[in-house]
Amino acid sequence: MTQDISQPDQATTGPRRFKLTWRQLRRYPIFPILILSLMVFLGIFGPTLAPHDPERANIRELRVPPAWLEGGSFDHVLGTDEVGRDVFSRVMYGARISLMVAGVSVTVGFVAGTALGLVAGYYGGYVDEVIMRIVDVWNALPFLMVALVAVIIFQPSVQLVLALLALIAWAGFVRVVRAQVLTLRGLEYVQHARVSGARTRRIIWRHIFPGVINTAIVVATLNVGGLILAEAALSFLGAGIPRPTPAWGLMVADGKDWLTSAWWISVFPGIAIFLTVMSLNFMGDWMRDRFDPRLRQL
Amino acid sequence: MRTFLLRRLLFAVISFFGATLLMFGLSLAAHDPRELLIPDQGYGITEDQWLALERAYGLDASPPVRYFKWIGGVLRGDFGKSISKPETVTELLMGKIGATMQIALGGWLFAMAVGLPVGVLAAVKRGKLIDIAARGFALGGLAIPNFWVGIMLILLFAVQLQWLPSGTRPADFSFKHFIMPSITLGWPAAAGLMRLTRSSMLEIMDSEHVVLARAKGVTNNWVIWKHAFRNSLVVPLTSIVFLLAGLMNGAIIVESVFGWPGIGLMASSQAVLSNDLPIMMGAVTMFVIFYLTAALLADLLYAVIDPRIRYS
Repeated sequence: MTQDISQPDQATTGPRRFKLTWRQLRRYPIFPILILSLMVFLGIFGPTLAPHDPERANIRELRVPPAWLEGGSFDHVLGTDEVGRDVFSRVMYGARISLMVAGVSVTVGFVAGTALGLVAGYYGGYVDEVIMRIVDVWNALPFLMVALVAVIIFQPSVQLVLALLALIAWAGFVRVVRAQVLTLRGLEYVQHARVSGARTRRIIWRHIFPGVINTAIVVATLNVGGLILAEAALSFLGAGIPRPTPAWGLMVADGKDWLTSAWWISVFPGIAIFLTVMSLNFMGDWMRDRFDPRLRQL
Repeated sequence: MRTFLLRRLLFAVISFFGATLLMFGLSLAAHDPRELLIPDQGYGITEDQWLALERAYGLDASPPVRYFKWIGGVLRGDFGKSISKPETVTELLMGKIGATMQIALGGWLFAMAVGLPVGVLAAVKRGKLIDIAARGFALGGLAIPNFWVGIMLILLFAVQLQWLPSGTRPADFSFKHFIMPSITLGWPAAAGLMRLTRSSMLEIMDSEHVVLARAKGVTNNWVIWKHAFRNSLVVPLTSIVFLLAGLMNGAIIVESVFGWPGIGLMASSQAVLSNDLPIMMGAVTMFVIFYLTAALLADLLYAVIDPRIRYS
């Protein structure tokens, strides 16, 4: 937290300047923020910016290589896939699907998980026991298998993916929030509030919730990356987002059979997933160190 | 100690019934499985035959009775009948479990062989090149999608360099066929294990007894291996038991990338295409049992290794 500001003039030249930049880069997650901003930007404006319709097949342009390879053109910067769809446009659209799915599911998980954690931690006793045993059951379920079962029963759809991801997201919040509530509940200011006649709902909402929200946000950021990976894995298995929607996981799966002749179909969406998830993980780590270093074990 | 373990055992039993009940409830929402066999009552099937099928699959009983019949069978090792295949679910699962266990074991060994030593090394050489490289490795493992790693490995080592076979398990054991699937499956696990080992090692290195040992003049290597390493292993060691159960579940993706003939491949391709719910229910139940057993073992191991747990 200490910063050398005694000689600000020298800091702007030569190796000092480089060192300062490096330190700033280490202190704030600048690259992850840039990548995430780009992804969010693509998610919002992708449809207007994309050079081609991501779902329109074109039989005359099958597996056109990326622009920098022989036979490629700048019309299709990242090439085209096995039915002639523009890979670049599909990757742009994919950002929208991934971020939307992860955002919605983590929000649902955040609200439900935090609420249950608050209730379990504050009331304790039987309520606590029941909630925690449900979390245990949840952790014991093999997620991908259960998702496959759900896909057999209900046909694959975006809504089903949202539901499945929200169902795995909430459990991660409960334990951490509960632990936090347990420490807060014993503190004097909460006792004072109770003595002065505040109702339970008010104590939870006004006195305990603000002490928990930081933790919950950190957990959310740490979990989003995993949710994006889970969505991609589901789509890859054919149990997630239905075709022909341009989801990253689906695109990797589609390109799998063309590795020898058209590697770009799988490679670029994979890079997009990797960059997004890594940026989110970086953000999560950074926020944890910043707001709640006690969570280091996560 | 005894109450601790009994309590854990009770939790495991509750979790087992909770999880199976949940799956059973989900399966009630499914279509009538007979419709998978005979679409729209076609093929000239009579009402009697239709009802006979209902009895054959035990669909005529009420849901609670069906649940107890099913769970009773599961506890005796009978997972019921498959819809799309002549074999029972138990036979099908037993035929595939070997391949899944092998690949999970491969990933597990990779995770331990890389995660534990690199984690210790990264903690000892904190801030040095090896620490940075190790952290990069961990970041990658937790951010790169598993299936994509597999595909990229195939692209590099099977398609371009042609060093390794691109897929599936041959009839007799071949080490080469295990390399890429093991790395694909084991990388995220190795990353997690490495982070865990590193942070627990760093914590121990700062603790008073290590500082005391240093102050006494104990040599650096001795401090690291005798005083720090052994104590730092408590958390990683208990987590590796969990890891094996988790890897069996994660094997679905690796099996589908490499065409590995295990439970995951059967579940993701055949069962989904033929909508064979009994196979899926059997597979889920089996994995739940593996997970709960692993959790119990981890608790037991924890209590054995760390005496503080026993007396609390």
